[in-house]
Amino acid sequence: MNQNELLYAESHEWSRLEESDGKIVVIGISAFAVEQLTDIVFVELPEVGKVVGVGEEFGEVESVKAVSSLYSPVAGEVVEVNSNLADQPEALNDDPYDAGWIAKVRLADGATLDHLMDADAYQKQCADEA
Amino acid sequence: MTELARTPLYEWHTENRGRMVDFAGWAMPVQYESIVIEHNATRNEVGLFDISHMGRFRFEGPDVASFLDRLLTRAILPMKPGAIRYGLAANEEGGVRDDVLAYRLSDENGEFFLLVVNAGNREKIFAWIEEQKQQDEQFTLTDMTSDSTMIAVQGPRAVELGDQLCEPKVSSLGYYQGVCGAFGSTKQAAMISRTGYTGEDGFELIVDNRDGLAAWLELFNAGEPLGARAVGLGARDTLRLEAAMPLYGHELGEDISPLEAGLRFAIQLKEREFVGSTAIRSELELGVSRKRIGLTLDGRRAPREGYLVLNESGAEVGVVTSGTFSPTLGHPVAMAYVDAEAAGQTDFQVDIRGRLTPAKAVKLPFYSRGETG
Repeated sequence: MNQNELLYAESHEWSRLEESDGKIVVIGISAFAVEQLTDIVFVELPEVGKVVGVGEEFGEVESVKAVSSLYSPVAGEVVEVNSNLADQPEALNDDPYDAGWIAKVRLADGATLDHLMDADAYQKQCADEA
Repeated sequence: MTELARTPLYEWHTENRGRMVDFAGWAMPVQYESIVIEHNATRNEVGLFDISHMGRFRFEGPDVASFLDRLLTRAILPMKPGAIRYGLAANEEGGVRDDVLAYRLSDENGEFFLLVVNAGNREKIFAWIEEQKQQDEQFTLTDMTSDSTMIAVQGPRAVELGDQLCEPKVSSLGYYQGVCGAFGSTKQAAMISRTGYTGEDGFELIVDNRDGLAAWLELFNAGEPLGARAVGLGARDTLRLEAAMPLYGHELGEDISPLEAGLRFAIQLKEREFVGSTAIRSELELGVSRKRIGLTLDGRRAPREGYLVLNESGAEVGVVTSGTFSPTLGHPVAMAYVDAEAAGQTDFQVDIRGRLTPAKAVKLPFYSRGETG
């Protein structure tokens, strides 16, 4: 996955529209966030069927060092989660943009990704936080 | 914002992926590549730690031993040359100002004592020592922290590595013994001690700052065939937690007594008076109101500092002071303070972000190395 084509939330989740119907958003967390968290040991996956708003907490990522909440970057309904992460949370460390995807959300009617940052803006935010 | 202090290894850390964080005013590496990899390298091979941020005070003069004996919970007067002791600087109420290592060493300038204190307490303890010094007591006190580099070498192959580079050999030192010797190909002056904060065998090295980077590189080069890795503060924390070593600001503090912390071994009361001894004696007689315990949990969600500990029936009995997912054991571990009445029980629950999770009390430490060390 080309990370330059992803959109980002301030809370470090990435999003991309799945090509099939333009309504499903694949969500994960950025390499920067993974690096800050250090070795990930546990992912509390969002609940399939849960209806979430923008910025709503829907899971958590726990590392050896700290725990961090996951926030939905878009409004919609969780339709699928990456259950591989239950057994292999380290996939987030190894491959945060592909094998480490976390959830898919079907956009609510009228919901968009317009409020999210492009890669350049997100890089700037990371540079400020680093 | 004040500028962070840098150790002589700062550039090396940043050039080798060290993620630098503010630790007690020092820019220190929390990790290089991975806390788990660094943790495991220390458990299985050997880890190299820059611990130059630790406070180091040097005392010289005829009255040092009696002075320190009056300040610390551990008897200093009977210490033999080369001995190192873990002790506490208590306050008048019997709480802990700091936990320290006292070394009795000698070099070409004669005998001296070294006190190694926590980075975050360095200024506080230095000021307190100056305040405790009486006019007729003869000794000089030097804070050598900024002039020296301190490196910990820890792990099952640490002594083997030390033997290649240290004179005298590390293996000639008993556990908690130290010596002023020589290090490396240039035979630079070094304080070498068989001490550490990981639960592994190993040693710690103190050299002058001008020799610091050379010592680090030499350890690295000689250590490479043994699997040596640089280890950051992140793994230092998970290692000490598995070994159940208390950390100031977590398991220790001005309002926590050494008896509550389970550090009775570090208190010598017989025919001694020291700062806080009256309070500690009375606490010993009356009993403590809470105790440090170890908890293990199933699953992967770790209790963190500040999480509440409940008994089986759901009543709040204490609070977590440190917790992590243990890389060595493969499950979460935590240390907590619980009410003395609850401390004997086995079954607890921890409130992990709103979810009550069963936890079992276990004997500390969570991890102890094989009996080879």
